[in-house]
Amino acid sequence: MALRESALFSREVIAEIQRAAREGVYDIRGFGAKRRLPHFDDLLLLGASVSRYPLEGYRERCDTNIVLGDRHAKRPLELDIPITIAGMSFGALSAPAKEALGRGASAMGTSTTTGDGGMTPEERAASKTLVYQLLPSRYGMNPDDLRRADAIEIVIGQGAKPGGGGILLGQKISERVAEMRDLPPGIDQRSACRHPDWTGPDDLQIKIEELREITDWEKPIFIKIGASRTYFDVALAVKAGADVIVLDGMQGGTAATQDVFIEHVGIPTLPAVRLAVDALQELGMHRRIQLVVSGGIRSGADVAKALALGADAVSIGVAALVALGDNSPAFASEYERIGTAPGFYDDWQAGRDPVGISTQDDELAARFDPELGGRRLANYLRTMVLETQTLARACGKSHVQNLEPEDLVALTVEAAAMARVPLAGTNWIPGPPRDD
Amino acid sequence: MATGTEPAVEVVDLARTPLRELNARLHAAADEPDAPRSWRVSNPGGRHAIAVGLDAPFEVDVEGHVGYYCAGMNQHAAVRVHGNCGVGVAENMMSGSVVVEGTASQSAGATGRGGLLVIRGDAASRCGISMKGIDIVVQGSVGHMSAFMAQKGRLLVCGDAGEALGDSIYEARLYVNGAVTGLGSDCIEKEMRDEHAAEVSALLTRAGIDDVDPAGFRRYGSARELYNFKVDDAGEF
Repeated sequence: MALRESALFSREVIAEIQRAAREGVYDIRGFGAKRRLPHFDDLLLLGASVSRYPLEGYRERCDTNIVLGDRHAKRPLELDIPITIAGMSFGALSAPAKEALGRGASAMGTSTTTGDGGMTPEERAASKTLVYQLLPSRYGMNPDDLRRADAIEIVIGQGAKPGGGGILLGQKISERVAEMRDLPPGIDQRSACRHPDWTGPDDLQIKIEELREITDWEKPIFIKIGASRTYFDVALAVKAGADVIVLDGMQGGTAATQDVFIEHVGIPTLPAVRLAVDALQELGMHRRIQLVVSGGIRSGADVAKALALGADAVSIGVAALVALGDNSPAFASEYERIGTAPGFYDDWQAGRDPVGISTQDDELAARFDPELGGRRLANYLRTMVLETQTLARACGKSHVQNLEPEDLVALTVEAAAMARVPLAGTNWIPGPPRDD
Repeated sequence: MATGTEPAVEVVDLARTPLRELNARLHAAADEPDAPRSWRVSNPGGRHAIAVGLDAPFEVDVEGHVGYYCAGMNQHAAVRVHGNCGVGVAENMMSGSVVVEGTASQSAGATGRGGLLVIRGDAASRCGISMKGIDIVVQGSVGHMSAFMAQKGRLLVCGDAGEALGDSIYEARLYVNGAVTGLGSDCIEKEMRDEHAAEVSALLTRAGIDDVDPAGFRRYGSARELYNFKVDDAGEF
């Protein structure tokens, strides 16, 4: 009789039960959700034909510039492309890796973002436009860096773990990381999941006012949320006074989180974008407050579809690290030595990254060339922008931001319901009719 | 009698002047050598974010009650509040001093990285939450969850402390003169040695408190048992 694998107790499930029985503690890992989820792959763009006319590829203009944060701030961000680099901490990443993110982003005229560990001088110097995160832990937070930043991002949550705080295991708490975070070296650091000095949207509004007063109303204030009760969270962020909302779907990456959290909490990016745009439109704030979407953005196709659903820009994290060299086949033998392989490596929490990106080991970090990494990231961003423009021109758009839901159809009933675009070949959008 | 050489005091009436103008003037004055060093803020009226982001050795007297985040992220300035404070007074202070003549709401001195915060009355819950190097002296009592995840610095309480003092504390040192309702996870009482008694005396002196006996304080800090994940600790959280 042929061997028969259980769908319920797959080999992966059995292996996890055996691991849990052996170790007695949940699995912590990096990367993002690995399960199959409804995503932008389940949408298609409708190119132009008789009923619409396209723009010439390579000849007619298709602009990509965006402005972020012009609701209240004196100095909004003016970016050349609608793709930014998401917040990733020094601590989770090596200093050369942070520098490379700044170099790549700056070469393409876009922004990069600090993370849960403060701002390093290398990162500031390498980043033309740097967004400074204010997180619950407040590690390294100081007013000089607030003033040095180009924008401030209040992090309420991230897609990989809405409702959870950060983790940085002891093997990555080097002397420098410990000093920046005011912690003893070598401890397993647990960041708080709630901010220490405000609770709820009314307090948040006052917190935003304080940050504006400290920086003389110059800096745009971003609010980053993990996708869960997105409609209400976005509405409350608007009410609290955000200039920009950063929405991270459950596919968003993490340097270290419990696997059960990554795979089972939050909602995918696809429905989250739709809900966020709903909230902004109903409040009359769509495009007045910019929406930056992250969580599984990999290509110009993802960018174009996110913009068509109503996002103003997207942000990348995991994809940026892969562009830097993470999971590179060039290090196959070294990955094998630590029990993994290129394409599978997700132990970013362990600090043994052979490429030198997700580590605080000086020897490993020295392998990584920030100049080369920056060039690779710029190449990747350039490719994504070209792809996005190609698709936008095919839809007849002279600016990528002119893409609209009408340009989209869905391949699956689930995606049609979540994105609220018709199932391909039909005019059917599943779900109750809208009030309007 | 005025001598004619007394430093000029810049008076800003918040009943007439927008808050944004006050903070902008205080920030701009930091770079002006001839700017007044002493400031008096009248009619604060419970406004939030008064005198935040200061970065100069100014003396700022606030004549009344203030709302949230007064003197937030202070550097170098000496701010004195002649009234009560809302949430997060002196949050993330880097240096200088903040003195509250009345009482303080929750999260006083939250995440502070330096300087001295003195509260003459009581402080509510979460006083010194996530503190990272600040010194906090409370002449009255503090509420529950004070010094939660406190990383560095000293919290000295002349009165009592509420439930779960020092929960998940790192390397901050806590001194309490009165009763402690309960200690949080991984927070234990520690021996008061001579250097700790000297530390208490020095903090009292810096805070201008001379009617409290330093010998009455007890010391609390981290047992350091939760610094690294161990499965057997799961029940402790």
